[in-house]
Amino acid sequence: MRFEGTAHRYGRDVDTDVIIPARYLNTSDPAELAKHCMEDIDAGFVAKVKPGDIIVADENFGCGSSREHAPIAIKASGVTVVIASSFARIFYRNAINTGLPIMESPEAARAIRDGDTVAVDADTGTITDITTGEVFTAQPFPPFIKGIIEGGGLIAAVRERVAK
Amino acid sequence: MPRPMTITEKILAAHAGRESVEPGQLIECSLDIVLANDVTAPIAIREFAATGAGSVWDPTKVALVPDHYTPNKDIKSAEQAKIVRDFAHAQGITHYWEVGCMGVEHALLPEQGVVGPGDVIIGADSHTCTYGALGAFATGVGSTDAAAGMATGTAWFKVPSSLKFEVTGKLQPWVSGKDLILHIIGMIGVDGALYQAMEFTGDTIASLGMDDRFTICNMAIEAGGKSGIIAFDETTRAYVEGRAERAWTVYESDADAVYDKVYRIDAAAIEPTVAFPHLPSNTKLVRDSRHVNVDQVVIGSCTNGRIEDLRIAAGVLKGRTVDPRVRTIVIPATQAIWKQAMHEGLFDIFVDAGAAVSTPTCGPCLGGHMGILAAGERAFATTNRNFVGRMGDPTSEVYLGSPAVAAATAVAGHIALPDDLD
Repeated sequence: MRFEGTAHRYGRDVDTDVIIPARYLNTSDPAELAKHCMEDIDAGFVAKVKPGDIIVADENFGCGSSREHAPIAIKASGVTVVIASSFARIFYRNAINTGLPIMESPEAARAIRDGDTVAVDADTGTITDITTGEVFTAQPFPPFIKGIIEGGGLIAAVRERVAK
Repeated sequence: MPRPMTITEKILAAHAGRESVEPGQLIECSLDIVLANDVTAPIAIREFAATGAGSVWDPTKVALVPDHYTPNKDIKSAEQAKIVRDFAHAQGITHYWEVGCMGVEHALLPEQGVVGPGDVIIGADSHTCTYGALGAFATGVGSTDAAAGMATGTAWFKVPSSLKFEVTGKLQPWVSGKDLILHIIGMIGVDGALYQAMEFTGDTIASLGMDDRFTICNMAIEAGGKSGIIAFDETTRAYVEGRAERAWTVYESDADAVYDKVYRIDAAAIEPTVAFPHLPSNTKLVRDSRHVNVDQVVIGSCTNGRIEDLRIAAGVLKGRTVDPRVRTIVIPATQAIWKQAMHEGLFDIFVDAGAAVSTPTCGPCLGGHMGILAAGERAFATTNRNFVGRMGDPTSEVYLGSPAVAAATAVAGHIALPDDLD
């Protein structure tokens, strides 16, 4: 999988309450959730985000609640991949389970600036900041997790198991 | 000889059918309980349908608790709650609690004996780690993991490494489990235990009652932890006896178990603590925070809505009245706690003090309903998170602390210690 888009840059400890505030959790409709994505950290996000864009952040992205509405809202907003120095553990699981590509790279997270054009090759883990020409390599997923992703997510794996 | 293991590794090994496990290993575990609530269950139910399983793996081991937006806040939340109710009835789920029996999930499940020592529990709610106080492995997951768990009775885990927090000495007056866990989060940060199990030991922990222990394990996630755990002892036994619906298993860490790090904490040095906006790790001492005026006080939640919390708050509020500028909301976490508080006369104290007493709900903790903040307003709450916009408008603020400090703050109108009121 290859993605290319504009980077939207945030700091550390971006929590699930700012990714999708709880006042919108009375629905689980992706399109409805996407209208409020990142609202409490960046009120202009929904207006400026374009399909294919990329979120870049520092440590502990997605900390806080277990709400799967967070990766769902990010994905439905058009964002194709999130690059961070590290991810909070429930968000990490949720992103894999819901098919939102994530990449862990402290080097890329530090270097990429807001507005840079970034290309990502999820298969090789290569992240290229096209604006500056810098190239980074993300931590590879453990084979087990790669298996879930390549198999189409956790539900696809369960479906296969249930069918047997 | 199997390798020495921590309590967490032993529980996971037993549920993976292995003699031993080690940190970093990917394993599949059988589950004792799968939990979801009215926010996370609707997505889990949608994903469950996509698995093609048709029926849940065991209708006695799925717990569905409509507690976040209930009693239904609005039409949308009523629809969400209805999805959960209809599914529970269609599947014959035995652990479903309707409004009137319902409570805040992480107070309700231990109280009803649904979770017990030695269990492996996943819950589509980040504060599922609360049950570690019983000597169980319990961790928060998303809706899709819960769906897979409902379909198969299993979940995959990466075995976490462990951090040991050895707390010794006597806690000072007005210092509670809440102050202790805020102190720890302030010390290690909101990702200080990322992916790790937090094991709490030492004579201070042993001296604490179950309600303080639940509070401590409840906030493990606020340090990024995968789980929090306190080993089974006589206090645990007294709590689960006559309550647990299944036989329990007791595990304890081997003396030579391996930890990533051991923190030794002197309990006597901990003072009443408050977490300032906008992270639970942004801690300061209450005595240095008296300049902060508040508009609202909330006493409740899965962190501090249990009977001992209400007794402490009532002890401070007795014979006093809250500052007329401070809306004070008390939320007993379950119906049983509500009834107990009523019988003990705590409601007379709260109502005479000018506080509102609510039916059980997560409500204001997540900015859902029952006490939302306007722009620029400040709340002092016994809850667990103070992120931007957590309890209402994005410019509002939440300060986190203990029930004793919350009650004193309600009376003083600013952050205060109970002793300030004399």
